[in-house]
Amino acid sequence: MGERSADASAIWRPRLSPKARLRWDEVEKRYMLVFPEAALMLNETAPEILKLCDGEHTIEGIVDSLAQRFVGIDREMMKEDVMGFLTRMKKRGLLEG
Amino acid sequence: MPAPRPYTLVAEITYRCPLKCLYCSNPVNYHEMRGELSTEEWCRAFTDAAKLGVVQLHLTGGEPVVRKDLPDLIRHAHSCELYTNLITGGTLLDEEKLLLYKECGLDHVQLSIQDTDRRTAELIAGIRSYDKKLEIARLIKKVGFPLTLNVCLHRLNIDHVPQLIAQAAELKAQRLELANTAYYGWALENRSALMPTRAQFEHLEPLVKEARARYEGTMEIISTKVDYYSDYPKPCMGGWAKTYMVIIPTGEVLPCHAAHVIPGLHFDTVRNLPLTNIWEHSQGLNAFRGYDWMQEPCRSCPMKTTDFGGCRCQAYLLAKDAAATDPVCSLSPQHGIIREAIAEAEQGNGSLIYRDRKNSERLSTRPLEPASR
Repeated sequence: MGERSADASAIWRPRLSPKARLRWDEVEKRYMLVFPEAALMLNETAPEILKLCDGEHTIEGIVDSLAQRFVGIDREMMKEDVMGFLTRMKKRGLLEG
Repeated sequence: MPAPRPYTLVAEITYRCPLKCLYCSNPVNYHEMRGELSTEEWCRAFTDAAKLGVVQLHLTGGEPVVRKDLPDLIRHAHSCELYTNLITGGTLLDEEKLLLYKECGLDHVQLSIQDTDRRTAELIAGIRSYDKKLEIARLIKKVGFPLTLNVCLHRLNIDHVPQLIAQAAELKAQRLELANTAYYGWALENRSALMPTRAQFEHLEPLVKEARARYEGTMEIISTKVDYYSDYPKPCMGGWAKTYMVIIPTGEVLPCHAAHVIPGLHFDTVRNLPLTNIWEHSQGLNAFRGYDWMQEPCRSCPMKTTDFGGCRCQAYLLAKDAAATDPVCSLSPQHGIIREAIAEAEQGNGSLIYRDRKNSERLSTRPLEPASR
């Protein structure tokens, strides 16, 4: 991925890799991300972020959408969290774009 | 104690296979196990597996593509929301089949390749297959599947790892598994011909580390060790019957590919009992769950919750006691067996025994060595 400057949040339009599938887990009653040989159990917000990784939304767009649903959370802090989460996902090869 | 949640089902849907790989993980006596589960029986097992919490399904064999009902099995697995992976040698595939599997909901394909050197590749597989496999790798990508390339490493190809990595990148594989051969079944029969020397093995680690950094985010590189060269054993299968289950063609539910070799264990088949019941109550699956079965030096070892005493099959195969410490462990009183095997590997002799019916019949008639307990 290389260096992502602060501007990346307006440019990067992540898309969930075709090898990964977001699904509901009936056993633990929460979402998980499944991909070859592994699965990540997700917290409450991660699936909301991943559903917006469609190659259309920028990071700014994702944060705007989240801000409408999770009111009262500082937008800059939220952006930092989203960027951190998606950067980790990208390093694992779970995002394209 | 309630049974743990399984995450992965390895479904060996057939032992039939056109390849004769020298390290095949199928049992040496596979020809004696007749009568594959029907389509309905497999589908019922998938439904029950999903109920138990299984997320990953590996359709493997033998060569799973030989089963005519593979599209039906994939369709059913998909309807159970299982992440479905086809593990194949590739030689029986074509574009039409791949498109059909895609339509049925297959998520991922794992293709085995033997080497970048054609002569060695075909020496290992026992049949002409090199060109076909490369053609199929490209088709898998063309059809739009994520691709894992799996290479079993051994003394004949371990020095070609840089070329293997380059080839995987060229084929745009998402994952490359550099799996050092595990010495069970056919691989154990061929161990003195296949095991790399310590120098070969130690050469590998820095190469893999460098490649991992280079391909981060584009191609995941997984490598497994030769446990003979470790000081401590591997946490085999993440613990006995803990997160993995293997169902063999006849329906018996095993904790791993090899557990059939251990005498005195009874494994139930999904032909007679629901998988949900077997997972919890099977004598064979419960035999080595938890820690009560352990002997010294495992029993008082702080590592026991990390490595679970290593591999039960290896303990039986090499130390003749399935409850013993895996002899790979440097603390095992039987560790000398491993030192001898390593010395043997330095020689690198040994004839090649191909996985085929004739050899299976010959090896099955060997008198069984008695267990020591």
